[in-house]
Amino acid sequence: MNEEYDAIVLGTGLKECILSGMLSVSGKKVLHIDRNKYYGGESASITPLEELFQRYGLEPPGERFGRGRDWNVDLIPKFLMANGQLVKLLIHTGVTRYLEFKSIEGSYVYKGGKIAKVPVDQKEALASDLMGMFEKRRFRNFLIYVQDFREDDPKTWKDFDPTKANMQGLYDKFGLDKNTQDFTGHALALFRDDEYLNEPAVNTIRRIKLYSDSLARYGKSPYLYPMYGLGELPQGFARLSAIYGGTYMLDKPIDEIVLGEGGKVVGVRSGEEVAKCKQVYCDPSYVPEKVRKRGKVIRCICILDHPVASTKDGLSTQIIIPQKQVGRKSDIYVSLVSSTHQVAAKGWFVGMVSTTVETENPEVEIKPGLDLLEPIAQKFVTISDYLEPIDDGSESQIFISESYDATTHFETTCLDVLNIFKRGTGETFDFSKIKHELGDEEQ
Amino acid sequence: MATTPRSGGASGTGTAQRPNGTSQNKSCQFKLVLLGESAVGKSSLVLRFVKGQFHEYQESTIGAAFLTQTICIEDTVVKFEIWDTAGQERYHSLAPMYYRGAQAAIVVYDIQNQDSFQRAKTWVKELHKQASPNIVIALAGNKADLSNIRVVEFDEAKQYAEENGLLFMETSAKTGMNVNDIFLAIAKKLPKNDGANNQGTSIRPTGTETNRPTNNCCK
Repeated sequence: MNEEYDAIVLGTGLKECILSGMLSVSGKKVLHIDRNKYYGGESASITPLEELFQRYGLEPPGERFGRGRDWNVDLIPKFLMANGQLVKLLIHTGVTRYLEFKSIEGSYVYKGGKIAKVPVDQKEALASDLMGMFEKRRFRNFLIYVQDFREDDPKTWKDFDPTKANMQGLYDKFGLDKNTQDFTGHALALFRDDEYLNEPAVNTIRRIKLYSDSLARYGKSPYLYPMYGLGELPQGFARLSAIYGGTYMLDKPIDEIVLGEGGKVVGVRSGEEVAKCKQVYCDPSYVPEKVRKRGKVIRCICILDHPVASTKDGLSTQIIIPQKQVGRKSDIYVSLVSSTHQVAAKGWFVGMVSTTVETENPEVEIKPGLDLLEPIAQKFVTISDYLEPIDDGSESQIFISESYDATTHFETTCLDVLNIFKRGTGETFDFSKIKHELGDEEQ
Repeated sequence: MATTPRSGGASGTGTAQRPNGTSQNKSCQFKLVLLGESAVGKSSLVLRFVKGQFHEYQESTIGAAFLTQTICIEDTVVKFEIWDTAGQERYHSLAPMYYRGAQAAIVVYDIQNQDSFQRAKTWVKELHKQASPNIVIALAGNKADLSNIRVVEFDEAKQYAEENGLLFMETSAKTGMNVNDIFLAIAKKLPKNDGANNQGTSIRPTGTETNRPTNNCCK
């Protein structure tokens, strides 16, 4: 510390670590600090298990759940879309060399009080009872349309302009019923609510294509998950930053962001030390006076000794509970990972239930998700504010990320990161600046 | 595309592979991590081993943070996946991912610098705490080309290594002295099981992967 940097990054959440990596690769001199002694911030994977109990103010569990160090418990439940933006970032930055992934074994949708598998191929689709035979034919026609659709080729639009007409219009064109619309919008396009129906259909088409392209990658489901938990992702990007010269300081309190004339940042103070800088990038917790609340998210971590019923003993599972199925505005998401991902001791599983909060009683809201996971050996509930910046950084040069939302993937996370990078540097990130290392070999 | 998964904490072995059905040669891949105080020459050691290069005033590890090198020992091809710290050790900010699955470690100190030897002992303790219990650890007293102004006595370090079950060599990244030898000694000590250590298919996404034909639902 007591030096001058181009940028100081506060907090080692995934967004901040990606930003740190991108800034370092772009030639900036970066100092990256976290008040915690671990990487990941709100997107960490907590290890050992005793730390998780302590975090929630509970007595240590003793030997009940096996060796504490075998656990790496995510604080937020998300998976990576196999063809999504985060995977592309990982590939282009070379961070994949530090990580290994598994494909999530099955994706399910909740309908009529039970779960049904989201079909991954024609055979499964024909056998599925998610829709009747005639509806399947209409749905097939719809999917062919989506598959053939090219945004830059109006000939593929076939009498329907999805850049103007809304998604309800596209559903109507193919005669899809309400159940199929729900399935398509929530289990394939992964929208959390129904506002998308009144928006240009092209947004939904893009999302369905992302799902389809991700599914095509590995075949079992469109989702990937890193061995040892999501906390590996910020660590990987932090390593990228360090390789390009970024300096790391964990377990360092931040006492003040020092502002100069006109409210522009000039440095960061920790105790008696001050590091000077031109810019600060940080998560909302470091600048509470510069963020506002926009809703809340509830997340419940569940320790289980069994897979989810009706998933053919899947060791990893995604379940979407579309909001209409349970009379809500937003979907409820359920996920499961296990010892096979090195996030739990042998024989144990980690389930998660999450959604956007809508009432004064969010734990009651997630009951349909918890019911799918019963019996639950241990629960940890968090209700977090969703925080977004009220300062875009143009004058202060303080660039603040948004909280992690309740979505099941990282697409919005990447959009936020790319937006912040562009606002902070005035440029789109240039992947070609990443040098291939001496002796680097393809795995 | 499946890749060889890293070993979990429970096992210190690498994964054996047979390049073809008829060859009797085994091939093993191991993750090896470097540890030690800043400026003791960790990166120089790797560059010497992998590239035969030495840079007097190397400041950055961009070119040396993640290298691979293959050596032959008896009838086995051993491939090291070598991780350098990229400077994250400077303020005690190494990530758990650094230690994870490492089957071998080289703890480096500078023979001119007593503090770096004391710090090396701390790194050995850290390895026992963080890494796999079966990890093979080598202690490297680097800058041995400057032995005329040494501060850390050979015998002191050798005794510490023996008491703690470590391999030990004094090395010089500058002259190349004992650089290949220390990696060779590690390779000889690492177990080379034929048994698969596969936990099932792991994936390492690449940009060049050919997409399988699209299997749309209901198509």
